[in-house]
Amino acid sequence: MSEQHGLTIIVKKVCQFIVPPLFLFGIYITVYGHLSPGGGFTGGVIMASAFIFQILAEGSYLDKLRKDKKNLELAESASIFGLLVLSVLGLILGGAAIFFRNFLPAGKLGDILSSGFIPIGNLIIGIEVCASITLIYVALLIFKDEETQ
Amino acid sequence: MDIYLITMLLLMIVGSLYTLHAKDLMSAIISLGIVGFAVVISFLLLSAPDLAIVQVVVEIITLTITIAVITTVTYELEKKKIRISLAFYAATILMFAAVFYVIMMRLTNSLTPFGQHFLRMADTYIKAAYECGSANLVTGIILHFRAYDTLGEATVLVTAVLGVVTILRLHGKKKEN
Amino acid sequence: MTIFLLCFLLFMIGLYGVILQRNLIKIILSLAIMEYSVYMFLIVIGYVRGGNVPIISKFYEHGPFVDPLPQALVLTAIVIGLATKALLLSVAIRLYKYYGTFDIRTIHDLKG
Repeated sequence: MSEQHGLTIIVKKVCQFIVPPLFLFGIYITVYGHLSPGGGFTGGVIMASAFIFQILAEGSYLDKLRKDKKNLELAESASIFGLLVLSVLGLILGGAAIFFRNFLPAGKLGDILSSGFIPIGNLIIGIEVCASITLIYVALLIFKDEETQ
Repeated sequence: MDIYLITMLLLMIVGSLYTLHAKDLMSAIISLGIVGFAVVISFLLLSAPDLAIVQVVVEIITLTITIAVITTVTYELEKKKIRISLAFYAATILMFAAVFYVIMMRLTNSLTPFGQHFLRMADTYIKAAYECGSANLVTGIILHFRAYDTLGEATVLVTAVLGVVTILRLHGKKKEN
Repeated sequence: MTIFLLCFLLFMIGLYGVILQRNLIKIILSLAIMEYSVYMFLIVIGYVRGGNVPIISKFYEHGPFVDPLPQALVLTAIVIGLATKALLLSVAIRLYKYYGTFDIRTIHDLKG
């Protein structure tokens, strides 16, 4: 199919300019999630939209998509496992043996390294949401390509 | 402020009515975008910037995925029309109007008027924000006070994506002998 | 009060679409309209007049905030709604490959 090789040259050039700052923007919103509007879910969907734009503009080949699907499944499973590890650590290390208790110190309001494990939680959830939504789109594209071959 | 919200809601109603009665499937999907972006403006008017960012990006991703699904198959609607009797339509509309009227009577008695919300549960969270340390109260709620709900949400997301990957798999995995 | 009624009217329009539409994709779009109306209703309930964005900064330390609890619930619901729509669309595409049409009357009639 012709759309396997992406869109026109103008869209490809715009994609080269837009995708790296867009991905960086997603990481910025994830990391500053406890100081300004944002957080894990917001940053995750923005990173996923950067990936989807890249796939749409540049086109895709079937064997590369299959390798990407394996890597995405690995990233999603690893991040949900990390969230579980974080919650059980709260059970072990927190003072009152509560599941998912915040066990790191809450520093001064307005610092980056404040408020317990909220920055770590934001990063893990950002990776997980990004991997999930990109995996939906890649699975759809593999279905479209496989049944035309 | 009220008049802007009412305008946005009327725009959503008009957009949704056009979605249901569009002749072409592609027009129906694009008019769902009207409803989605009007929701974004309403979120900004109601002082919820976090939700506005999420809703914009999720709306665009939803439209992309829906259009990608549609272009695998056709997007023309069926041409033959099946006659539904007028009595059925009239009975349905009467039933909907009756339900609407009953709910209107109940709502005017029991809900507090718009804008005079009394923060019953969130008062504790706002007062304890300094002990939690997070300046963004919404992030503090979803990752400190109610972290169990976030764990459940991540599980639901992973399960739904697992379902999508399994349903869209054409060839099963073969067992190696 | 009219704002709550308009939100409920949007819900009823979505419900009308789910019950009376024939095309499977339009049923999924009507489900999306119902979800949007529920998000609007939850956020409209939590609005406080004169309240500000629920972020503590050095310009606005204490003072009336809008309710952050429905915002946290709706944030979760928006992302789960995306995954639910993707799952419904993948089932719809499988049904099209098997039956050749999106019409739910035809899908019901053919005995497989």
